[in-house]
Amino acid sequence: MRNRAANLGDRRFQRTLMALSGSVVSVLGLIAVYLVKLSWPAIREFGLPFFWSTDWDPVKDHFGAGAFIFGTVTSSFLALLIAVPLSISVALFLTELAPRKIAALVAFMVEMLAAIPSVVYGLWGIFFLAPLLRLHVQPFLSRHFGWVFLFQGPPYGIGMFAAALILAIMVTPTITAICREVFRAVPETQREAALGLGATKWETIQLAVVKSSWSGIFGASILGLGRALGETMAVTMLIGNRNEISASLFAPGQTMASVIANEYAEAESSTHIAALAYVGLALFIVSFVTNFIARRIVLRLQGGASR
Amino acid sequence: MKLTLEPILSAKKVNAYFGAFQAIKDVSLDVAPHSVTALIGPSGCGKSTFLRTLNRLHEEIPGARFEGEVLLEGEDIYARGMDPVQVRRKIGMVFQKPNPFPSLSIFENVVVGLTLAGVRNRHLLEETAESALKNAALWDEVKDKLKAPGTSLSGGQQQRLCIARALAVKPPVILMDEPTSALDPISTARIEELLGEMKKEVTVIIVTHNMQQAARCSDHTAFFLLGELVEHARSPTLFSNPQDRRTEQYITGRFG
Repeated sequence: MRNRAANLGDRRFQRTLMALSGSVVSVLGLIAVYLVKLSWPAIREFGLPFFWSTDWDPVKDHFGAGAFIFGTVTSSFLALLIAVPLSISVALFLTELAPRKIAALVAFMVEMLAAIPSVVYGLWGIFFLAPLLRLHVQPFLSRHFGWVFLFQGPPYGIGMFAAALILAIMVTPTITAICREVFRAVPETQREAALGLGATKWETIQLAVVKSSWSGIFGASILGLGRALGETMAVTMLIGNRNEISASLFAPGQTMASVIANEYAEAESSTHIAALAYVGLALFIVSFVTNFIARRIVLRLQGGASR
Repeated sequence: MKLTLEPILSAKKVNAYFGAFQAIKDVSLDVAPHSVTALIGPSGCGKSTFLRTLNRLHEEIPGARFEGEVLLEGEDIYARGMDPVQVRRKIGMVFQKPNPFPSLSIFENVVVGLTLAGVRNRHLLEETAESALKNAALWDEVKDKLKAPGTSLSGGQQQRLCIARALAVKPPVILMDEPTSALDPISTARIEELLGEMKKEVTVIIVTHNMQQAARCSDHTAFFLLGELVEHARSPTLFSNPQDRRTEQYITGRFG
């Protein structure tokens, strides 16, 4: 009898956990379905040209997300351009060069960067980073590299450049952590092979560590990209929120995430709301696909390393 | 023992440590040029550690320390101002597990020591690759697929690729750390055969846990126990007429 009761308890327990897990999974589906439903009027009205039209006019109820897609792609790409070399360097320092104690401390601090709330990054960006850019960095860049279209125009501080920088800082912990795992997975025998051939420390790192880690570095970067694409609060606070495409990095812009955060509260017409949902749907799909690809790459590498 | 030729490599009072643990105690060993010297002994006796002091790879391990002298052609490789990188170009190494670089092709793997040293002459690289692969008895098997990744070869082929890689920089001495322990018997036999050929070009010091291998393919054998060099003699002498009781017990299988 006791045995049966225990079995009954087991079964209930199992069912409860299964139901809870199922409900978490179904949230993913519910969000997707709801986004499609909410954005349906906009999908019908604007169709695919929505993604390249840059005309976003709530007054005339005409919407195109081109400028935001440009903003998201540009800010994320710039962020990776800064964050990937930085993260590779930090990860190499941590795995190959730093004494164990220092490595542990630095790794901990880098990981703590990921724990800072996005809005705090935004505040720091507004009150420290933007003035620094406006007063020093951007004037310097336009003085010396002003002939490049990227560094033209008035130095606002706030704008695409500031948003990309803050994104770079925010995705660095993610990319560094994965790169560290990838580098650590390189067998010691590879490093010894290089050293034994008379390679210097630097040559050993290049030959044995970096050269065999490119696909892992790529996976780490895509994972960072996934974070950068969807990052909202800090970007919204720093990008300047102008619905335009500018060639200059100093100019303000807008991303898919920031336009939703900025406008959802004031959206009055149902078309405007649908258009924002349409942007959200696109962002959802892009983030989903990016993360899916990144995880596949990283998981395959981790599986490969443990063999 | 007295060697007839001037030793090419001579270890004098070598002590090696991992932190507080002393792995090698006062080992002195002379190695004759163009010979094969086998280092034997039970697991943990320090034979691999000793080998790794000979090309200054020991010091790459955190906490590792070294005392003593190692003379290569009369010059102390531990002398002040001696660059370990330069030392390792003269004293090549083949490891326990085949470790070709997975991102490099077969050809690139063979000549990587030369490209590290700054050689860019394509003709010279190709010539060296061919002769090194021939000396490692691998040329016929790979000559049509030099661009394939080094890791696409079988385990035994990979190890011969690593031997070719070590030979390509033409070092006077090559160290081998149990190079056949990860290989099947046929691959092992091929590499043992190769040792006899290789000593025309280089001096080989090989760590092995396989006494038959030491007896088959070495000229001299050194028996290590608990970090000490117990006995060093011509291989036939050491295996047929050991002077030390511990050597006798080990080679007759009393322990190990």
